[in-house]
This record gives sequence, C-alpha cells and structure tokens, in this order.
Amino acid sequence: MYDAPKTAESTVSQNEIKFDCRDCQVWYGDTHAIKDVNIQIEDNTVTSFIGPSGCGKSTFLRCLNRMNDTIDVARVEGQFLLDGEDIYDRKVDPVQLRAKVGMVFQKPNPFPKSIYDNVAYGPKIHGMAKNKAELDEIVERALRRGAIWDEVKDRLDQPGTGLSGGQQQRLCIARAVATEPEVLLMDEPCSALDPIATALVEELIDELRTRYSVVIVTHSMQQAARVSQKTAFFHLGNLVEFGDTGEIFTNPNDPRTESYITGRIG
Amino acid sequence: MPLFWLILAVLGVALAGFILGRSRALGHAGGDSRGLHSLPNYYGWNVALKIMVPAFGLLVVWLLLQPLYITSQISEMIPEASVADGGSLGLVLAEVRRAAEGLDAAVASGAMTEEFARDVRADFADVTQRLKDAGQIVTGTITQPILNAAQSYRIMTATGNMAMSVAVLVLALAGLAWGLRQTGVSFRARNVVETSVRALLIAAASVAILTTVGIVLSLVFNTVEFFRLYPASEFFFGTNWAPSFSGRGGASDLGVIPLLWGTFYISIVALLVAVPIGLFAAIYLSEYASSRVRSIAKPAIEVLAGIPTIVYGLFALLTVGPLLMEVFGKEGLGWMQSGTSVMTAGLVMGIMLIPFVSSLSDDIINAVPQAMRDGSYGLGATQSETIRQVVLPAALPGIVGAILLAASRAIGETMIVVLGAGAAARLELNPFEAMTTVTAKIVSQLTGDADFASPEALVAFALGMTLFVLTLGLNVFALFIVRKYREQYE
Ligand SMILES: Nc1ncnc2c1ncn2[C@@H]1O[C@H](COP(=O)(O)OP(=O)(O)OP(=O)(O)O)[C@@H](O)[C@H]1O
Ligand SMILES: [Mg+2]
Repeated sequence: MYDAPKTAESTVSQNEIKFDCRDCQVWYGDTHAIKDVNIQIEDNTVTSFIGPSGCGKSTFLRCLNRMNDTIDVARVEGQFLLDGEDIYDRKVDPVQLRAKVGMVFQKPNPFPKSIYDNVAYGPKIHGMAKNKAELDEIVERALRRGAIWDEVKDRLDQPGTGLSGGQQQRLCIARAVATEPEVLLMDEPCSALDPIATALVEELIDELRTRYSVVIVTHSMQQAARVSQKTAFFHLGNLVEFGDTGEIFTNPNDPRTESYITGRIG
Repeated sequence: MPLFWLILAVLGVALAGFILGRSRALGHAGGDSRGLHSLPNYYGWNVALKIMVPAFGLLVVWLLLQPLYITSQISEMIPEASVADGGSLGLVLAEVRRAAEGLDAAVASGAMTEEFARDVRADFADVTQRLKDAGQIVTGTITQPILNAAQSYRIMTATGNMAMSVAVLVLALAGLAWGLRQTGVSFRARNVVETSVRALLIAAASVAILTTVGIVLSLVFNTVEFFRLYPASEFFFGTNWAPSFSGRGGASDLGVIPLLWGTFYISIVALLVAVPIGLFAAIYLSEYASSRVRSIAKPAIEVLAGIPTIVYGLFALLTVGPLLMEVFGKEGLGWMQSGTSVMTAGLVMGIMLIPFVSSLSDDIINAVPQAMRDGSYGLGATQSETIRQVVLPAALPGIVGAILLAASRAIGETMIVVLGAGAAARLELNPFEAMTTVTAKIVSQLTGDADFASPEALVAFALGMTLFVLTLGLNVFALFIVRKYREQYE
C-alpha cells in the first residue's frame, strides 16, 4: 500500500462542491456501462478515477462535459449538477459547457494543423485574445504549462501530428489549458510520458488545483496517490468506493478496492 | 472435336486429377493429413493446375497461330489474276473462307457428300449451284481457284483441329502424370498453388495494362499519321475550326483552341454547379443528418449517378434549354439565341456531377477520425466551427482530389454536350452562346462520310490524344493530392 502525501490530507473537505452527480446511468445500446454512480467532485481539488480497464472511467468522465452526446448509441441518465445547475438540462448549451469543462482525451488527438494553431484553436474560437501578440502569449504560456515549450518553440509552424506520441499528449494538455476551463478532465494524460515529463505534468495539475477543479483518470496508483486529494475506485461500472486519497490507499473499506490497489485484480 | 468438347474434356481430366492428387497425397500420409506438408486440397489443386495451365496455354496459342498459318498457305495458292478481280487479297481470302464455310454447312445438311466437297476436279459452277440450293450465301459464282483454295482451306482446318485436339489432350494427360508423380508427403503443394495464384493475378493485371498500352499506341500512331498530313502548329495554335465537308483534303481549318475553350468553359460551369452543391450535400449527410435521413438521402442522390448521360442530354435539350430561353432569350434579356448553349450543357452536366462530388467527399469526410471532432468539441467549438476549421481542412486534399476527378469526367463528357451545347466551334465569352467541345467534335468527325485516311477523320485521333493527355494529367494530379492527404493524420 502507498503512503499518501501529507499535503493532500490537510487540504480536503473545506472546498465547495463543483459537480454533484446523482444516480448516474450510462448505456451503450444494451451495455450498461455506468450503474447508479453518486459522486461529489469538489472545487480546487484533484480527484482521481482508478479502476480496471473497461470499468467505465472514461465513460463517466465524458458524461461530465457531455462528450457522450457525440456517440449515437450512448444514453445518459441521472443528475449532473455543475454549480447547482443540471448540465443535461434543455437550457444548457453543450458548447458553452465544454468551454467551461475542458478535456484531455485518452488518445492524443492533435488537429492536422500547426502546433501553434493547435493551441490557438480554443482561444481563437472563444475570442480570448485581442490581437496577435496576446494570442502568442497565450500559446506560449499554455505550451509552457504543458511542459512542451522547450521542445517545440522553434517549430511552432510544423504540424502537430508530426510530434511523438508523448509530445502529442502534452500538446493536447497545452491545448486544453489554453482555454482556461473551470474544470479540467484528464483521461490518462501521462500514459505515454517519461518520468520527467510526468513530473512536470503533475506539477501543472497541482498548480491548476489552486484555481480549478481537476479530474484525472490514471492507471498508476503512485500517480493517483501523488497528485490527488480524492480518489474514486470504479469496478464493472459501479463506483465502489470514493473518499480521501489517503484513506482509500491506506485503509480501503471495500475488499475489491484493497485487492485492486494491491494488484490482485484488474 | 469441337472446341467446346475439348475444353470440357480438359476440365474433366483436371477434375479427375484434383481428386486423384488429393487421395494420392492422403494415401501417402496414411490417411492422416497432419503428416503432409500441405493440406490435401493443395495437392489436388497442384495436379489440376499442371493439367489445365499447359493444356489451355497450348490451346490458346494454337487457336491464334493456326489461322495465320493456313491463311499464308492459302494466299500462295491464289493466282495474281483473281486477286485483281476480287479487289484485294483480304477480300479474296474472305471469299475463300465463306466458300469453305458453305461447303461445311452443305456437307452437314446432307446436300453434298464429304467426297464431293473434297473432289479437286469438281466443277465450280455445279458447286455454286448446289451451295445456293442448300441455302448458303454465296456472292456471285465461285471461281475455280477460289473453290480449290476453299477445298484445301477446309482440309487444312480439319487436320489442324484434329492435331490440336490430340496435342491438347496428350498434354493434359502428361500434366496429370507429372502432377501425380510429384505428389508426396514432403512436396510443397501449398507453395506451388500460392505461386500460381500470384501468376493469375499478375496475368489479370497485365491484360488491363496491355490493353491500355494498346489503346494509347493506336492513338499515338494515328495522331502521328494526322500530323504528317496536317501541320501540328496549326492544330495546336489555330483559332479556327472549320473542317471542309468534301472529305478529301482541301481547305480545312483544324485548330483545336476553340474546342478546348468550349470544353474548358462548359466544364467550369459544370463544376461551379456541382462542387458547392455536392460538397454541401456531403457535409450535411456526413455531419448533420441522422442515420435515418442518411440511409434514405444517400442512395437517392446516388440514383443521379445511375442515369445514363443521354437522358441528361434529353433533359438539357428539352427542358433546361427552353427554360433558359424564357429568361435569357429574345423574350427575356436577349442574351441567348437558341436553347443550346454553354450554360445549358454546363448546368445539366453539373447536375450529373453532383453525386460524383458528394459521394466521394462524403467518404473522405467520414474518413476524418472522430477523435478530431471530439478534440474540437472538447474545446467548446460548435458543430459548424468544427467542420470549418477541423474537418474540412483535414479532408481538403481529398476533396480537391474528388473535384479533379469530377473535372476529368466533365472534360470527357459527350452526350450532354452534343445535345445541350450545340455544334458550333466558337471562341466567345458569352455563356449563352452555343459552343462545342473536343468530345463532341470527335463524334462528328467520325460519323460523317469522310475517308478514314483524310486529315478530317484522323484529326479525331489527335483530339482524342489531346483529351487523353488532359484527363490523364488531371487524374495523376488528383491521385498525387489524394496520396499526400493519406499521410496527414497518421
Ligand atoms: N463508443 C462505445 N460504444 C459501445 N460501447 C462502449 C463505447 N465506449 C465504451 N464502451 C464500453 O463501455 C465500457 C466502459 O468503457 P470505458 O472506455 O469507459 O472504460 P475505461 O474504464 O475508460 O477503460 P480503460 O482504462 O481501458 O480506458 C466498456 O465495456 C466498453 O466496452
Ligand atoms: Mg478509458
């Protein structure tokens, strides 16, 4: 079992609730992928989702910014309250929601555009820059936060698709933070990164926490323990256990959680 | 033995060979196919191939060579005088062949005995009469040399066919023996079959390529022939198209520029219609339409592609032309003299090209990975922003390729032009004037009664060559662009 960092324990439980999800269900056609999930995601907190492959982590994450809308067969039920407002309400515009709740996808998906345009895409759409100089600044800051600036600063006009897998992953992180979302959903953002880049991305996540809420899916227990204050363990579409990261890793309630984090199932 | 039976016989031997080879292989392995190098069927196929390939190969070669040989033998027998009477050697030989067929049919129907048909001293008048009585078509009377030639033609053909049947069957049986001898536990039948499959595929590809080469060569030779009769510079740079109708040389102006201009102008109008409509339809179908709408609308658009172009031509002539006349003709704006014009043909051709552009673009847009769109939506982009800024740029090279392919179809289109654009070769800017294209002129140059050796007819090949080079260039360019696009998001 892992020791959770001390800092993580001390800062929990006094934050406002950002996402309040109740009785959430997701079906893909006849497959029941998410079953009765209830979870509260706090502001200024890093929440990690862990669980065996195929248990529904990505599916649940995608519910939080309505990305499942783009899948024809997917059906979502339940209440997803963001700051007290149901995001699946008719009045809510998914486009605005997604500007507020950003996402880094499990598979890196840079646009077939230049590195610069990849990052500038969101800020341009949302009119965040008044002029070219401001846009340059936004792009540079985002790339620095994504820990990729040094590698690409001389080749900003080259296609983002020409980068290595790990570089693409960081480019996508930079692209997502460039729009300054309130909530950032990260689906295995470090899966292709070396330890140094991983450490830099974790630094970024910690920094983001001061202003936003971050949800991260990860297969690395160490990472979950290092960066998150809250951890949710999913298994076969159920949310088995949710609580303070330190608690989950040192003293899990459910035997399934214990076997997963000690490596017996999954 | 008739050809059909011969082929059946070889196939029969092959079938037997397949069964024998299979069971022989199994026998060698003691009934357990795991002991064999290859699966039992491969041994069967090996034997069958050893039978069919050489036997059919010989058959084909024989069928090609025998007539050549016999013809050369026969032409030696025909005296100079009858060649002069008959017009040319080719015509006389045709006469010989017809007479021989007549004799064959007469013998078959019992009007003549075999001996009589072969009788060298037979009286040709009597033979002619008998052939006529038997209902055979005989042009005039058969002369003595022709009758004799026909008789030896018959005999040589019969002997040749006999020899061929025997040779082919012997070869098939030899193949059977060879294949069976090879069959053994460690013989690599699977590899042999693999090689033959490859050979078959290569053969199919070569046929396609060789035909293309043949067509191109015939175009080239005739074009060269044309340029010997007519100066190339006047063809390529002449601005006047006025072939003389006498057909025999004379003062023809055969400048290609007015025709190229017409082709170009009509194609541009067609593309201006087809590209926006086709592209927007494709975007709607692939990005916005629900799967139910899509399942109805996509086939409905593609029905357009199944309409024969002559029907489009009728539509141009009978519907679009008169409609345009009402608006732009004498009663309306007065720009248009008659219903046939660049506009008429261009509009209709544009309609014809819509499904072409839309279904190709639809495929290309669908090939853009969903992850691209997700990435854009995830940043808070709307659907139309996503399409404009992510999907279309990613698909653009492919779409350009589709448009270029559509353009090469437009350039090659004939029927709509013949019916919709008129026949006057003009160099003008007014799209409501009648003009004509390269393709339409090829048709009119060859359907007249001009001598095929005159420049007025041969120009068709030069036109065809020009067209071929143009569309080839466009296609190569399109393929180049499409290929480049494939490398984009991988
Ligand atoms: N587009 C889809 N269509 C149908 N079924 C899907 C789709 N996406 C996911 N599923 C199913 O939903 C279940 C949960 O998938 P999900 O992607 O959420 O797993 P995950 O926990 O993210 O796994 P991993 O750790 O491997 O990424 C799986 O059984 C999967 O087969
Ligand atoms: Mg996942």
